[in-house]
Amino acid sequence: MALLEVKDLGIVFGGLQAVSRLNLTIEKGHLYGLIGPNGAGKTTVFNMLTGVYRPTEGSIMLDGENIAGQRPAHICQKGIARTFQNIRLFQDLTVLDNVKVGLHNQMRYNMWSGILRLPAYRAGERRMNERAMELLRIFDLDGEAALKASSLPYGKQRKLEIARALATSPKLLLLDEPAAGMNPNETAELMNTIKAVRERFGIAILLIEHDMSFVMGICEQITVLDYGRVIAAGTGEEIRQNPKVIAAYLGGD
Amino acid sequence: MQALKKMDRSFRSNLITYGMVLLAWLLVGLASSAGLLSNSLQGQLVPICTYVVLAVSLNLTVGILGELSLGHAGFMSVGAFFGSVLWLCIGGSVPGWIGLVLSMLLGGMVAGLFGLLIGIPVLRLQGDYLAIVTLAFGEIIKNIFNAVYLGIDSRGLHFSMSDSASLGLGADGKVLINGAIGITGITKVSSFTAGIFLVLITLFVVLNLIHSRAGRAIMSIRDNRIAAEATGINVTKYKLMAFITSAVFAGMAGVLYALNMSTVVAKKFDYNTSILVLVFVVLGGMGNIRGSIVAAAALTVLPELLRAMADYRMLIYAVLLIFMMIFNQSPQMLAARERLLGFIRRGKRLAGKKGEV
Repeated sequence: MALLEVKDLGIVFGGLQAVSRLNLTIEKGHLYGLIGPNGAGKTTVFNMLTGVYRPTEGSIMLDGENIAGQRPAHICQKGIARTFQNIRLFQDLTVLDNVKVGLHNQMRYNMWSGILRLPAYRAGERRMNERAMELLRIFDLDGEAALKASSLPYGKQRKLEIARALATSPKLLLLDEPAAGMNPNETAELMNTIKAVRERFGIAILLIEHDMSFVMGICEQITVLDYGRVIAAGTGEEIRQNPKVIAAYLGGD
Repeated sequence: MQALKKMDRSFRSNLITYGMVLLAWLLVGLASSAGLLSNSLQGQLVPICTYVVLAVSLNLTVGILGELSLGHAGFMSVGAFFGSVLWLCIGGSVPGWIGLVLSMLLGGMVAGLFGLLIGIPVLRLQGDYLAIVTLAFGEIIKNIFNAVYLGIDSRGLHFSMSDSASLGLGADGKVLINGAIGITGITKVSSFTAGIFLVLITLFVVLNLIHSRAGRAIMSIRDNRIAAEATGINVTKYKLMAFITSAVFAGMAGVLYALNMSTVVAKKFDYNTSILVLVFVVLGGMGNIRGSIVAAAALTVLPELLRAMADYRMLIYAVLLIFMMIFNQSPQMLAARERLLGFIRRGKRLAGKKGEV
């Protein structure tokens, strides 16, 4: 059984059909790309998958359970984590605490243990610190753990967002333009990190990206969206040669 | 020393805060026994503790959770009235401090219950709705307590909304809440020491809550609600947790305040009181608990201290407000403070290294 099966997913905003009849299958441990021109509905798809928007039609089956229309926090606990196109960090918290918020549902102790500083608090915090530092090390952020998230440079903020998403131990990670605003060196480095993350955690990744070399470089399967519809799906080579994709990107009829 | 270093940073910073409060208690105790405190200042001690507790608890809602509440005096009022009524009923039969503790527990619980009732519908919304609803709550509570008549006799409690005569009390009865006249005949049981205890308990709960898993969740909602939800945080639950905790301590502060007076009237807990506490929080720095303590204490005691200067009193008060605002809010000033702190820390580290060699 596929990890995620999206069937005939659609959403209408007022009179606008933003996404319609979207079908998508994601297998465990694979890397997928979602591309398309601006306004094609890519981020809308992410928002439906993570519960920010409630789809008006279709189903999203995660491990055989329909999660369409559930609340974001609930979907995150079920195993879908995400990053945002415009970075959304907890600005006034430290880098370490950002990741520890991600661990919130993984390592629990209750409110009273926290207030009374019971042994459960100490043990819980120690485990959280260790795990968070481990994640930060993967993204080469361990040196900045005590800094405020807002003081990080742009590229590192993007990485921190991925680290925070990974902390929720997802089965599927959604990355919304992870390489946006990065220079070629940073992009190449990020590509390696994403590959390493996939291997290390064995999770599936679906990413939106405009940088074609990035997408072609790491995605095994690519879905192309235009005006809210899938116009092509396949490997990088197939997509590159698809006339519909070329028309969507370069214009023409 | 080694053990102190091993403790996490938040814990050390908390210890400093508790130390500050204990030091203040000690100094005031000494000054008072040496006869250095004027009568009017002596009378301000319990109100200072009350306002410190109010400011710290409001900071949990405003600074840590990031929601604006304009009805903190409403929760104080609920605590004051329920606590005082209990004290009037049981005061004669239990020792003072037990009565105070029980009254505080009741006042805090009832205030927390009101927090829950307000929070459940309002905290699900986004935007400034909490400010509007708490503002209304403060006014409603004030007007209700202004119109309530409550009495007790051998047959139990009697309640009326028209006047004290309609309570129909027996010969042994006494009026507990007398409408706009409020509660009278309270035997004073609050003391400065009790106030310091309440301040310490409030600080203990609030600071430990902030530096725990729940506190991080609360602050993540403040910083970015959408990201917090996407990270699996139950937003409504943690908003409620912060708001109710805040209400409980406001209620307890109300009891402390009321049992320091001989009469309690609803009018005391009005919009102005709510705003006053909000001023403490904003001036002390949002999310800065130690700042709230200093601001509340300084701004409560200052008008008393300046009484001698009569004409210039409000002028100095205003200048101090402006100075605190700049010190705690202006970006340049905050940056300068950071630099200074960094400088001190580096200096310490260097000194430590020299010591090791």
